[in-house]
Amino acid sequence: MEIFGIPTQALFGQLLIGLINGAFYAMLSLGLAVIFGLLNIINFTHGAQYMMGAFCAWFLLERTGIGYWWALIIVPIVVGITGVVIERTMLARLYKLDHLYGLLLTFGLALIIQGVFTNAYGSSGQPYRLPQEFVGAYNLGFMFLPKYRAWVIVLSLVVCLGTWFVIERTKLGSYLRAATENPTLVQAFGVNVPRMITLTYGFGVGLAALAGVMAAPIYQVSPQMGANLIIVVFAVVVIGGMGSIMGAILTGFGLGVMEGLTKVFYAEASNTVIFVIMVIVLLVKPAGLFGRER
Amino acid sequence: MATVLTPAATAAPARRNRFALATAIMAAILALAPFAGIYPVFLMKALCFALFACAFNLLVGFGGLLSFGHAMFLGTAGYVTAHAAKVWGWPPEAAIAAGTLASTLLGVVTGALTIRRQGIYFAMITLALAQMMFFFYLQAPFTHGEDGIQQVPRGKLFGFIDLTDTLVMYFTVVVVFLAGFVFLYRVVHSPFGQVLKAIRENEPRAISLGYDADRYKLVAFVLSAALSGLAGAVKAIVFQLASLTDVHWTMSGEVVLMVLLGGMGTIFGPVVGAFVIVAIESYLTAGIVIGTLHFGPEWAIVLTGLIFVVCVLAFRRGIVGELGAWWLRHKG
Repeated sequence: MEIFGIPTQALFGQLLIGLINGAFYAMLSLGLAVIFGLLNIINFTHGAQYMMGAFCAWFLLERTGIGYWWALIIVPIVVGITGVVIERTMLARLYKLDHLYGLLLTFGLALIIQGVFTNAYGSSGQPYRLPQEFVGAYNLGFMFLPKYRAWVIVLSLVVCLGTWFVIERTKLGSYLRAATENPTLVQAFGVNVPRMITLTYGFGVGLAALAGVMAAPIYQVSPQMGANLIIVVFAVVVIGGMGSIMGAILTGFGLGVMEGLTKVFYAEASNTVIFVIMVIVLLVKPAGLFGRER
Repeated sequence: MATVLTPAATAAPARRNRFALATAIMAAILALAPFAGIYPVFLMKALCFALFACAFNLLVGFGGLLSFGHAMFLGTAGYVTAHAAKVWGWPPEAAIAAGTLASTLLGVVTGALTIRRQGIYFAMITLALAQMMFFFYLQAPFTHGEDGIQQVPRGKLFGFIDLTDTLVMYFTVVVVFLAGFVFLYRVVHSPFGQVLKAIRENEPRAISLGYDADRYKLVAFVLSAALSGLAGAVKAIVFQLASLTDVHWTMSGEVVLMVLLGGMGTIFGPVVGAFVIVAIESYLTAGIVIGTLHFGPEWAIVLTGLIFVVCVLAFRRGIVGELGAWWLRHKG
């Protein structure tokens, strides 16, 4: 069977890879958007924290024998705590300054983390054993769907929609959104805004680490895995605009799929297609697809 | 325009004299340095980066626009210059001009796009565009991918100045650097530069005064791209090499670091920052030993990150900025 002269097997295969990449774009840009909303900084360390998540899972498995399922819970908490420490000791000093200093600080931190891991583990990747439950694939008739890939898509959708639900539909989320609009007023109502900011950063970092754990069995666990990804995620954020949580999720998945399709039709451009889309969006709608000018 | 000019104009002669004196001292030091036993290749590398950092400073220090993708201008000019000199056999002055022109044109296109957003978005967009250029150069056949364009001939400048001689090359670099440096000083202290600062401080007010803010920002962006290109073009001739290193995002980060460390928005800061960073990197290639620990070149990235963090947390005015502040306190 063929569509546009492309075998459907290849087409769906690339679409699947696109969806997987999209799942990671969505989770990472979601974390960036949540952090940006409250802290007004772009967390350049996000890619490094995603890498830390993958390494942490690898470390747990190799050194202590703690497997994938526990890693899904432990790693985001551990890496999230390092995020809390970073926020309390460093980022908290910068809120009164130009937002660009936050970008510079987190860029420096990303270099430090990446450099230390490169020195410790070299730049070659470490394989992470696929959990036994996920070995094998489902036969969908038109293609084979590896079980683990299906799980990644489902889990990332659950996490993304869960985050959306908490922020947009619960009392806690309403505090968060209120503090985004006017922190002084929310503080006056007795909400501990600084603590909320700290926990929000920790949560965003935890999301990145969770994405790292999910990525570990698919990609090689390497110190560089976050560095190039984060630049693409920045482009995703520019395309979507940081105004809305749902926007970040949709743009993430959508661009992953676009990238997968590009691989089928014009493979040379698959590295750059997201940047090209960014240029077009900037020309047509500078604030981003879901963004508001602030 | 007069309202913006007046405060600067009254202080202008004294400031100009101080600048002329400081520049003359700098030129004298640069002229004597290779004879004082300082390795000319190190000096040339530092000077290329100093020009690059000064060009970057025009945008971030005086325009308030933090670009995280300036490597694309350095690298583009390097590739075009190297290709023109090696494959087309152009003389160095024509090759350098071609490289600079290529970066200028790239600056016009990317500038028109990026100034549509500000602040954090501006930084992210420039970074993304530079990454796009990186992938382009990675795949384009004429750049020779990971190998880069090697063994670029230096040739004879204007047909009679033989650049294969290291000292001749060195003084050529000094002249180019000083010309770029003085030019940037003139730009910053021209009416254009004052308007640019006004836009940085309060854009809506500058617009309501009738200035076309976007046009000023675009001109600053293009000038910065052009001079970054000049630095990259000269660098390609000096090192006879154009490679992916110069278009990689780490290079964009490096120039931010130089300017941050030296002092954003100061005239001499980027020069100081560039020299310090290039010196640190040359020391690290040999390795630094602290006690029983040995830190080789692979630690450079960690050190770079540490300097970033320390500068942002404790040292935001940079070396020259802090010295200037100390001088002002000391005087009165």
